[in-house]
Amino acid sequence: MELLCPAGNLPALKTAIDNGADAVYIGLKDDTNARHFAGLNFNDGKLAKGADYVHERGKKLHVAINTFAHANGEERWKKAVDNAVAIGTDALIIADLGVLDYAATKYPDVERHVSVQASTTNLEAIKFFKNNFDVNRVVLPRVLSVQQVRQLAKNSPVPLEVFAFGSLCIMAEGRCYLSSYMTGESPNTVGACSPAKYVRWQETDQGLESRLNNVLIDRYQEDENAGYPTLCKGRFDVDGDVYHALEEPTSLNTLELIPELMAMGIVSVKIEGRQRSPAYVEQVAKTWRMAIDRCKQNSEDFQVDGAWMKTLANLSEGSQTTLGAYHRKWQ
Amino acid sequence: MKFSLGPNLFFWPKKDVEQFYQQAKNSSADIIYLGETVCSKRRELRAKDWLGLGRELAQDTNKQIVISTMTLLESPAEIVTLKKLCDNGDLLVEANDLSAVQIMHDLNMPFVAGPAINCYNLSTLKVLIKQGMTRWLMPVELSGDWLKTILAQAVDENIRDKFECEVFSWGYLPLAYSARCFTARSEDRAKDDCQYCCINYPQGRKMNSREGEQVFVLNGIQTMSAYQYNLINEVAQLNDMGVDIIRVSADSDKAFTQLDKFRTQLSTPTKHTLATDKECNGFWHQIAGMSVA
Repeated sequence: MELLCPAGNLPALKTAIDNGADAVYIGLKDDTNARHFAGLNFNDGKLAKGADYVHERGKKLHVAINTFAHANGEERWKKAVDNAVAIGTDALIIADLGVLDYAATKYPDVERHVSVQASTTNLEAIKFFKNNFDVNRVVLPRVLSVQQVRQLAKNSPVPLEVFAFGSLCIMAEGRCYLSSYMTGESPNTVGACSPAKYVRWQETDQGLESRLNNVLIDRYQEDENAGYPTLCKGRFDVDGDVYHALEEPTSLNTLELIPELMAMGIVSVKIEGRQRSPAYVEQVAKTWRMAIDRCKQNSEDFQVDGAWMKTLANLSEGSQTTLGAYHRKWQ
Repeated sequence: MKFSLGPNLFFWPKKDVEQFYQQAKNSSADIIYLGETVCSKRRELRAKDWLGLGRELAQDTNKQIVISTMTLLESPAEIVTLKKLCDNGDLLVEANDLSAVQIMHDLNMPFVAGPAINCYNLSTLKVLIKQGMTRWLMPVELSGDWLKTILAQAVDENIRDKFECEVFSWGYLPLAYSARCFTARSEDRAKDDCQYCCINYPQGRKMNSREGEQVFVLNGIQTMSAYQYNLINEVAQLNDMGVDIIRVSADSDKAFTQLDKFRTQLSTPTKHTLATDKECNGFWHQIAGMSVA
């Protein structure tokens, strides 16, 4: 089972590899990837350097080209595929059917992974990607329970990758327009959810307020930790009840599922967080490396180390972690 | 231009559904979509009931009847039901997930690509046409300019006659799908113990900001817009760019009045003022979806 770590820049990429990642995934410096943030990602020069660093150490590089190609800009997505292939990427992570078609036709020998943004949640959908684009891997959205993942893993004609740790997207990825409804920009079209340029913080008599494009997302009392106003993690009012109507600020953490995921033949566990710092990448990669290695030695007696959980909780939103949809009760 | 009645996205008691479609028989809709698209636990009508109702509508009217299918399919049982609906023998099917696209392709049958299929560009449209798609409803977050670009490209590539283009033009917008049931959560229960509570909210539950601004509607595992999308002022534009079908969502029996209004707007255009605290058209104008241009 591969440990796949995020890298938003060259230092993070090196840190990931140095701390035990088997592979890293990165994005190019434009809107062709789902973490299109200022100051993040790889230009052509950095891309080549990153590829060299990874390959010299016998590890793998995945390039995410996983937003949906714009009607008047399809060439940009094709160019991104060309560039990634040119520097010798080991895999392309793609969501758009047109882009997949292009990659499969032009570069049949370069691995194609179906991005989480393509919302592939069942066997027939996996077959669709296998039949049409001969894909090598499918990344499952964070909406399935462990039982459902197991069922899919048993029958899937394509190896599966799952999300293991990081910010928790609670909607089926690629099928969420909440951000564009509120701001005009969404992960699918722009590569960002709840974009920073629409965020406003304001001290008021009632507490610290966070707003997204002027909509009040949350209001914090003095003793509360204020988090980034991702719109699905605010407190809202449903018939007079004020609560986290969609989700609390929390992160996914599946350390305890490692033996199960390994037993079902999941080929890769993915760490979320290309937007996070090299320090985050270092801690997460190190912890997950230790956990996976210990499970490989003896999966039957595998137990999650309290120190690992503490390290990961400190890196999590609101210092809280959850098993998310893997655990049916969360649903 | 044709006018369609989209599938009802809420969960209603069986008798209300039947009553609604009795009304739909006499409505001005040319096309009626029906079926469960949100949650497989909603079983007031089962697959055979939806197909039965569809066939009754097809027999009693001259309207085209289309069976709409689920968007988020996670279990083998859901796929079994999906196959039953797809392989129905006579009614056209709206695919809302690539699983349905795969099944329709295996059956060698034409299908409609619904709003939850991520088709953002011409290359994707071509992939879907190759699979058997004969009608396309673009993702609701896309704009008029975006659509115009794709339709023009389709003309240039001589494939515009391969598909009809339908646009979601009125109603609460389906915006997101989750593993979690937000209606059950609003009643402090898990999805496995939901007690089918969506049935108590025939218009979903409004989720407001703490300042009272209406933000979203909770509809089971689906999150919808709190404002009703309304492209009444864009009807002429839709017509000019070659859109074939205007879709009115079956939010309530108000949809029937809206169907008439849209039809009238085509023959006698009038400027309508949208209520900014109830309606929106931002997506079409490539600004925040909840706003009015």
